[in-house]
Parts: sequence; structure tokens; C-alpha cells
Amino acid sequence: MCGIIGVIDRTMSRMDGSSIKEALSLMDERGSGEGAGYVAYGIYPDYADCYAIHVFFDNLLEPKTMVDKILQTWGRIVHQEEIPTYEQPGLKKEHISWRYFFKPYTDLMVGTTNPDDDNVKRLVMSINSDVKGALVFSSGKNMGVFKAAGWPEDVANFFRIEDYKGYIWLAHNRYPTNTSGWWGGAHPFNLLDWSVVHNGEITSYGTNRRYVESNGYQCTMLTDTEVVAYLFDLLGRQHGLPSETVVTALAPPFWDEIDEMPEKQEEFLRTLRLTYGPALMNGPFAIVVATKDGIVGFTDRIKLRPLVVGENGSRLYISSEEAAIRTMDPEVKTIYMPRAGEPVIGRVTV
Amino acid sequence: MSLGSVPLKYKISIDRDQCMKCMRCVDNCSYGVYRIEDDKILIDSRKCTACHRCISMCPRDAINLQEKPVDYRSHPLWTAEAREDVINQARSGKIILAGMGNARDYPVIFDRLVLDACQVTNPSIDPLREPMELRTYIGKKPAKLEFTKNNGDIDLTTKLAPNLKLDTPIMIGHMSYGAISLNAQLSLAKAVAKTGTFMGTGEGGMHEAIYPYQDHTIVQIASGRFGVDIDYLERGAAIEIKVGQGAKPGIGGHLPGEKVCADVSCTRMIPLGSDAISPAPHHDIYSIEDLAQLVRSLKEATNWEKPVFVKIAAVHNVAAIAAGIARSDADAVVVDGFKGGTGAAPKVFRDNVGIPIEAAIAAVDEKLNDQGIRNEVSLIASGGIRNSADITKSIALGADAVYIGTASLIALGCRVCGNCYRGLCPWGIATQKPELVNRIDPEIGAEHVANLIKAWTLEISELMGAAGLNSIESLRGNRERLRGYMLDQGLLDVLKIESVGA
Repeated sequence: MCGIIGVIDRTMSRMDGSSIKEALSLMDERGSGEGAGYVAYGIYPDYADCYAIHVFFDNLLEPKTMVDKILQTWGRIVHQEEIPTYEQPGLKKEHISWRYFFKPYTDLMVGTTNPDDDNVKRLVMSINSDVKGALVFSSGKNMGVFKAAGWPEDVANFFRIEDYKGYIWLAHNRYPTNTSGWWGGAHPFNLLDWSVVHNGEITSYGTNRRYVESNGYQCTMLTDTEVVAYLFDLLGRQHGLPSETVVTALAPPFWDEIDEMPEKQEEFLRTLRLTYGPALMNGPFAIVVATKDGIVGFTDRIKLRPLVVGENGSRLYISSEEAAIRTMDPEVKTIYMPRAGEPVIGRVTV
Repeated sequence: MSLGSVPLKYKISIDRDQCMKCMRCVDNCSYGVYRIEDDKILIDSRKCTACHRCISMCPRDAINLQEKPVDYRSHPLWTAEAREDVINQARSGKIILAGMGNARDYPVIFDRLVLDACQVTNPSIDPLREPMELRTYIGKKPAKLEFTKNNGDIDLTTKLAPNLKLDTPIMIGHMSYGAISLNAQLSLAKAVAKTGTFMGTGEGGMHEAIYPYQDHTIVQIASGRFGVDIDYLERGAAIEIKVGQGAKPGIGGHLPGEKVCADVSCTRMIPLGSDAISPAPHHDIYSIEDLAQLVRSLKEATNWEKPVFVKIAAVHNVAAIAAGIARSDADAVVVDGFKGGTGAAPKVFRDNVGIPIEAAIAAVDEKLNDQGIRNEVSLIASGGIRNSADITKSIALGADAVYIGTASLIALGCRVCGNCYRGLCPWGIATQKPELVNRIDPEIGAEHVANLIKAWTLEISELMGAAGLNSIESLRGNRERLRGYMLDQGLLDVLKIESVGA
């Protein structure tokens, strides 16, 4: 059980975080007060060219000194500050949330088509696995994740998310079953521009984890969802597949359906499935993934978790519950439920 | 000085009140345990192998077989077997031969692995009502998809290499015509055709009776090159180079001349009645480069239309060897564990050389994954797989599919008496004597073997559904769904799994 909601304004008109807080809090039945989080795109226009690196520090001595040193070796810290937080009675502050605006040195990474992203990806992996007391939980440009162990409203108030304005928002209310509620285990999970919220369990985690790890990612969050962010980064960014094709690789049609398709489509899906068999995800899930250009929502192949879509003009909503969408936008026009494994995509149009 | 005789292993008795002297035991025992004298059935228990043919054919359940308790002076080190082997070798000066799999009491790792099942947070899937996908493709896979975008459409530039399409991850391993009878092989061939999977021909060539099922066969090339010509290569759906075998790593093969009847001699392309001896090494493979060249030569000979597998025995550095093979253009690596069966092997090899398949497959899978090439090559596990749980665990440890051998023979009647090398198999399996071979009806045999494959496939589906998995891709290498029970930390580390409770 978990509650998820996402929204995109396709014209990139920005919304503040107050309504998504309300919508997420409506789904408290789907959480247990052990984790909630938000991500918004478009929140740092002043530093739009920098990677906004959000870090949980256990303290600002050794871990921060090490992270500073690593970042300064591989690039330039344009600006850094503590993320402002506001004490909440129901939320115990366990980490210091810090943000860096960072520009990697492009010439330090050779042999890749996207050296800056690869550089930052490598930094995130190395800090998360090697620096004790530091956890990078957000690393994209002009976007940021805010999350903690607590109820949705407490987490929102703690970071005062209504102060941020974004054209894409995702939010998550956690009912943990894999690991106890800890800040790193709260959703959204993020790597570069990819952010993921997930309701469910990934029974193929062992296989998926092995696959991403053999491709240079390291799983450090102690829960199954982080592989989704890495799978999207691997298939979407590194291998260049369009989002809908990534979704098809992760939740492909059944062989019986593939066998019946026209030859070209059959060949495509068979090739895709053979190539990305270890990326196929199993188990119950409803997932929304965001990147700077849009969002995509999808469920597992037999739809063991709910997913509802709402549309109103330039806005597209994807959530576990219709009521959450209606809370966010009482004027919502169209409401429908996608089929199992079918991607629902909202792209920016400007 | 005479060494005298050794004590009996088995004691046969007949309940004379039950016996109606139908003589079926006399007719059925190919080892000569029974004979008739003065209207009485006499028994020579010393000749018994515990093959159970007589017992299963007796209409009155009148025959009783007992494994004899040790009647040497008991000794923890000098077991009866140790002493008898010494006596036999003192008498003969020869290597002791043995059939079937490793007969030592090594712990079975499979039995110390437990599978996972879903509970509240994650619904189990009911294979009777929901799709469950066990379809498996064996062969090379691309590392990534290459394509061009065409008006929002995707045009593939990746072309898949030929793969075998299996409806179930269970294949039947290589047992040659010669080692087993034609009726046994025919039963297996019909069974794999029925169940949408494949069987290996072994290194004995392909008898023309198997031609109708050739699309379901994998032809084997071993060091003896028996039966190999271009027609043979072209008939197989895939080609396998056998470098090693789990029951006898590091040595070749030996089919005694007595088993080389006219048909076998013709199929193997060797003289009638001659011993068929496969050398220990392939004399054209003295390095990994030589192997790579042979793989490519075979592909060249068959227009790059067939996957080429390489089979090795599981040995200590199996992971590094498999990684080398994976980079040789081979489409699949077959790893055969040290509980693997055989028609004939020196007992000292069968029981002492190699490593268990569970550890081998985990190590190979891990190495290939570390090198980022796991999905590009298939991994087939074999050697001591006894049931659907062993298969499911093998796949969770990293195999794509398995070969079964002994289990398929048991489905044909084999009672694992371990005397395959003598050519007298009373069940008509490991023999070429026409009167024994005729005991197998290939249609019935095929039905039994197919039933076994179907039953195991159903059980694998149920185990997957219980673990919340509906496609076999998600079981492969999914160590999360396994836990070790009473295994030491060293082995848990090799298997890369956690302990129960963790």
C-alpha cells in the first residue's frame, strides 16, 4: 500500500505545492506515517544550468567535508546552502538537508556522449556507497526532491513545499513493507532528471538490481523502488529509448499477445523483450516517473495496483485514487483508468 | 592365495506361497539372477544390481529384495565399499567403472535452499487463472537495442541472433545413441517435440529414426567426433561442443565395443564392435582461442543459422572459463555439475572430481554479470537435477534453463541401479541388445517423459506464482527469492544469497 499522485502542466505553467499536499494527505489511509515525499520540476530557475544536488547529512563535519571534496574534484560548486526546514511536532528531524548547485567539469569524463550526466551519476553512486553519513537523494537540473519519514502534511510543512513552484509535481505517501521508515527509503527516488514514485512491491527486484549493477549503478537505498530510476536512466538516457518504449520493456505484453501481432511489431517486441529481459519488472506496481520533459504512469502487466488518470486542459493527473485528483483539481474534466502495462504519458508541449 | 569372494550386496528371496512360477522374473532379469531347475526357480543373489525389473514385473508381488547390512567388521574409515574396491582392484589391476551419478553422501545444496512466497503486501499469482510465462529463448542477446527513429516510429537496426525457443526451461541433456538405446532416444525425442523443448543427441551422431524430430535436437560434437558430418550439423536446431562432463571432468569417453552394434557403428561412423574412445582433450582445442575458432567454424559451416553451445564440467575455476567461452561467439554455456549422470565413468572421477552445480551456476552467473555480459549469453545448468524445485532454484541462482538426464531415464523405467556401462540394462535403456531394447515402446515412453516435463512445468509455474512472478525473466538470477538454510557463510557468499530470516 502506498498513495501516489503526479501532475504535469503541459504548458509549463508552474503550480505551487499546496494543492498536492492536500491531495496526498487525503490518501493517509495508504500510508503509515513512516515516509512521504514530493518532487517538483522548474523550482530553481536561477540555477537552471546547474545540477541541484540534495544531500541528507548525518552531521556537517566528516560527511560534508568529504562530499565537498569529491564535488570540488569533479566540478565547481556554484552555490550551496542548507535546505530551509521548519520544525514539526510530528516529525523528528534526523538529517540535515543540504543542497548544492553544481557544474561538473565536462573534460574530466571522456568516452561518453553525455559526460556531464555520466559524471554526476557516477558521483551520486560513489557518495551513496562510500561516504558514511551522506546520502544524495536528488541530482537533476532545476528540480528537487523533498522527503522524510513522516506523514505527508508534516513532511510538506517541514520543507514548506508551498514555497516551491513547479510545472511537474509527484508525491508519495509510504506504507513501508520492505524496510522500516527511514528518510532515504521515502519516495520519490531520483537520479539526474528521473524521479520515481511507486505503489507496490517489485518481486523481480533481485534480477533488476543485478542488471543495473552490472551496468554501473549501485543500489544503496535498501528498498526496491530505486532500481526503477536506474532502469529509466539506463534504458531512457543511456540507450536512448523513448519513454513509452522504456515502459514497454519494463512491462511488456504477454508472449501470447506478441505472437498475434503484425510481423514488424512482433519482431520489435520480441527483440525488445530478449534484449531487456532482466529489466522486465514483476510484482504489483503502479509507478509514475517524471523527467524534465514529462511524466509517464504505468502499472504492472496484470494491474495489481490502482492507477487513475485525470485531465483538465493542459494538466494531466495520475494517481492511486480519483478522490486525490479531485481534491487537487475539483474542475477535472476527464477521468479514466489505463489498462495494465499501458503507459500514460504527459509531455510538455512548449 | 585367493582373495575369495566379497559378501552379497542384495539378497533376493521369493515367497514360494505367492509365486505361481510364471517365469517372468527369469525372462526379465538380464543379469542372470534367476534360473529354472527341476521346475524350481533358483536365485543367484550375487548377480543382482537392484534394478527392480523382476519385482515390477512379478504379478504376485512374490519377490523381495533387501539391501544387505554390512557384514564386515564395522569400521568408520574402512567402509565395506572401500574394502571391496581394494579387493576388486587387487584382483583386476584395473580402473573401477561406475554408471549414473555421484554416489557419495555429499550434502545436496539444493536441499538447503528455500524459496520465497508472497503474503499480504504482494498478491501471489494463480497460474490457473492468470498468464504465466515460462517461454525461454536460448542464444545470444544484444547488449542494447539499436534503432532509428522514423516519424515517431522505431525501426530496428538490431537483428537477433538465432535463438532456440523453449516453451519450458526444461531440456533433456545429451545421452548418445550407443550409451542409450534407440527406443530410449526415440522416446525422449518424441517427448521434447510434444512439450516444445529440446534434447541433446550426445556424441553418437543422429540415427535416421530421430530425423523427424531433428528440429527439437541439439547435436553434439565431442572429442571423438563420432557421427559428425555436415548433414549432422545441419540437422540439429543447435550445435553443442562438449568439452567436459560433470560426472567425469577432465577425461574423455569410452563406449565399449560390445555396445557398438551395426546400427550404432553406422550412426557413429566407426567399425562394428570397436571401442569408441573419445580423447580427453579435443585435439584441435588447446586454448580458448582454439575454442573460439571452432565455434566460428561451426557457425560458418552452418551459415550462422544455428546457436552454438559449449558444455563444460563444473570445476573450481568454472566462472573464469565460462566468461572466456561467453566471449568466444558461443551462444550458450552449459555447466554440468558433479552430481551429473553418466553411462560409464571411472568411479574415482565420478565421486571426487568437480563441484556442485548450485555453486557453479551462481559463480558463473555472478562473473558474467560483473563483466556486464550476463544477458548476452545463455546459461544452462545440469547435473543432479531431481525435481521442479531444483529447476526453480537453479534459475533463481542464474540459469536460463536446465538439462535433465537421469530424471528423464527414470521416467522411462530406470531404477538408478548404476550398471549402465555393462550394456545389460533390463529396462531397455542403457543397452543395445534387441530383446532388451524392445522393452521400451517409444510412444508410451514419450508419454511418460512428456508427462514429467509437463508436471514440472506446472510446478514451476505454481512456485513462480507463489513468489509473485509471472515471467521467467524475473526469476532468472533473482537471488532475493532464495534463502540459505543451515549453509555456512562461505557458501552463502558464493551463492550470493542471504540466510533464512535475513
